[in-house]
Amino acid sequence: MTEPTLTRPPVWQRIWRSIVREPFTGDRRSRLRLVMNNLILHLHPSQVPARTLRFTYTWGLGGLSGLLVVILAVTGMLLETAYTPSPDKAYTSILALSTRIWFGQFIRNLHHWSGNLMIIVVALHMLRVFFTGAFRAPREFNWLVGIALLLLTVIANFTGYLLPWDQLAYWAITVGSSIIVYIPLIGNGLANVLLGGPDIGPTTLLNFYAFHISIIPMAILVLMSLHFWRVRKDGGLSLPRSVDEPPVNKDENVLTVADLVRPEAVWATVALAGIVLWSAFVNAPLEALANPDASPNPAKAAWYFMGIQELLLHFHPLIGAIIVPTLGLLGMVALPYMDSDMDSVGIYFRSRRGRWLALFSAASGAMATALYVVLDEFFIDWAGWFYGLPAIISNGVLPLILLLLGVIGYYEFVRRVFRATKCEGVLSVFVLVLAGFIVLTLVGVFFRGAGMKLMFPWQIVTIH
Amino acid sequence: MTDQKLPQAAPEYLQSDMPRRDFLRLAWIALIGVATVEAGVVGTGFFLPRLAAGEFGSIFKCGSVDKFPNGSVTPFNEGRFYLVRIQDGGFLALYRKCTHLGCAVPWDQTKKQFICPCHASVFDQNGAVLNAPAPRPLDLFQVNIVNGEVQVDTGKPISRDRFDPAQVVYPT
Ligand code: HEM
Ligand code: FES
Repeated sequence: MTEPTLTRPPVWQRIWRSIVREPFTGDRRSRLRLVMNNLILHLHPSQVPARTLRFTYTWGLGGLSGLLVVILAVTGMLLETAYTPSPDKAYTSILALSTRIWFGQFIRNLHHWSGNLMIIVVALHMLRVFFTGAFRAPREFNWLVGIALLLLTVIANFTGYLLPWDQLAYWAITVGSSIIVYIPLIGNGLANVLLGGPDIGPTTLLNFYAFHISIIPMAILVLMSLHFWRVRKDGGLSLPRSVDEPPVNKDENVLTVADLVRPEAVWATVALAGIVLWSAFVNAPLEALANPDASPNPAKAAWYFMGIQELLLHFHPLIGAIIVPTLGLLGMVALPYMDSDMDSVGIYFRSRRGRWLALFSAASGAMATALYVVLDEFFIDWAGWFYGLPAIISNGVLPLILLLLGVIGYYEFVRRVFRATKCEGVLSVFVLVLAGFIVLTLVGVFFRGAGMKLMFPWQIVTIH
Repeated sequence: MTDQKLPQAAPEYLQSDMPRRDFLRLAWIALIGVATVEAGVVGTGFFLPRLAAGEFGSIFKCGSVDKFPNGSVTPFNEGRFYLVRIQDGGFLALYRKCTHLGCAVPWDQTKKQFICPCHASVFDQNGAVLNAPAPRPLDLFQVNIVNGEVQVDTGKPISRDRFDPAQVVYPT
């Protein structure tokens, strides 16, 4: 008797099978199964409504935020192996990246630019969610998760800013953390705990390092998972439609592999190439070693805090740095519960009138803010006009009341004069405030020179 | 079905106003509460400033009293303060961190003023505000004069609303 010959597949095939679980043949069934059998692809459902693929609806901004998180994680882990978080070694270890470590400067550039870009991309993603009305039921909670992610993104950047321990880092963090002190009651204690003492020192660096490399990234990872999971549980993306289309509940489905995955891969590749190219040619800034004895003039916070620092020039610190930003944040948190108009989900800027109002409000907000900044520099003097009142009233509460009256007045104005619906009114106010904030940030970054005097960008010289 | 036993009422001595279920739920809530507070205390305590002797935050020995003439302002960069001896011989230790947004305030010897480079706050020799935006005078550090030696405790800045002669420390 002869042994039956067992035809076993070659070993490499068996290894491959053990990894992929099911062979991919390319037919429809196989495509559906592939998504379900793959952890990463399984972030997606196996089919998606065709219209959610419109690039001009999402602009791929959420996915781009995710890509940036991946780039930051990879480059961050590399940098960790070269960096020492102590005041006497931090700066030299950053220098070594550009002198002694192969591709050190490049990796630092990638990390630096991706971090900064992420603030912009996440903010833009938030704007697209706002403008398309996608924050409404059942997605209110994911909007809140998103706000937490935006805050974490800013905190991650803020804590990372200190690590190079150069003049830029040292004084930007000094200014940034001094803002915390103005929080009533707990401000001083909170700053003390964060800095590990009354002033920036070795403990500050170690605290910020720990937050930057473990606590914040972990939180971002957890919330991102929650965010993605909720996108699916809330029924996938909101469905885009054009202004005159009636609400759509259903759409023809297309296969995730490859109708969704392919454009995602293309977009990620293009974005990655752009970031790599930029980082190959533009170096992340590094100034002289931190010198606690000499503040540069002007001393500015990081650019994403310049809007708030600019507010500080116009309001008493408690109002400018704490109350106004907190009101803004509360407004964003309350938004999906105030504006639940379901008729305009999926339409950019709600309606035809909404489009027009958004433009009008952007122009109004930008011009009013710019005008106030200039007037405040040369003419407005709350403290002088109301001499004798405490500064918190004259330079704080009074201008705050003016601001609130302006915002409420604007809402009433668009509602009555332009017959805006409630949700178009909310849109108008949001755009008004947003444009104001952007102008403040631009003024702070480009138009403030020594002593924080208003001047043109080409007149600014930093005195070290 | 008919002969199914009805639940018996608990004996008198076991009856109370609070059913067991409610009691357990309350116990759980209390436990979670206690655990949260404990975690909070440990977490906060862990982050409280940890200082080593000799660095900023500890006590600085500045030298004997007569080293500082009346009307002088002496910077101590390591301690981040100025030791001011005012005209009548009293001492003040001024924390050099601007009370506006934290820049290091340099002393201008010719103008006899502290002028902040960042947003142009001006303080006089006592640290009192001459020019906003600084909302309050420069913070103080505790000055102690021990056996004719000036010592400054940089552990805790003392904030104040205005200059008050009672803040000045005199050698005895
Ligand atoms: C780390 C930051 C963030 C990441 C990685 C992220 C990622 C994503 C991704 C991949 C999507 C799928 C659709 C798309 O690409 O637009 C999405 C949708 C969404 N995101 Fe985010 N996001 C972030 C921050 C935010 C922020 C700041 C907000 C708002 C405050 C937000 C609110 C939403 C909402 C409501 C949706 C559902 C949109 C719809 O159904 O049309 N996310 N996010
Ligand atoms: S930090 Fe000194 S005036 Fe602003």
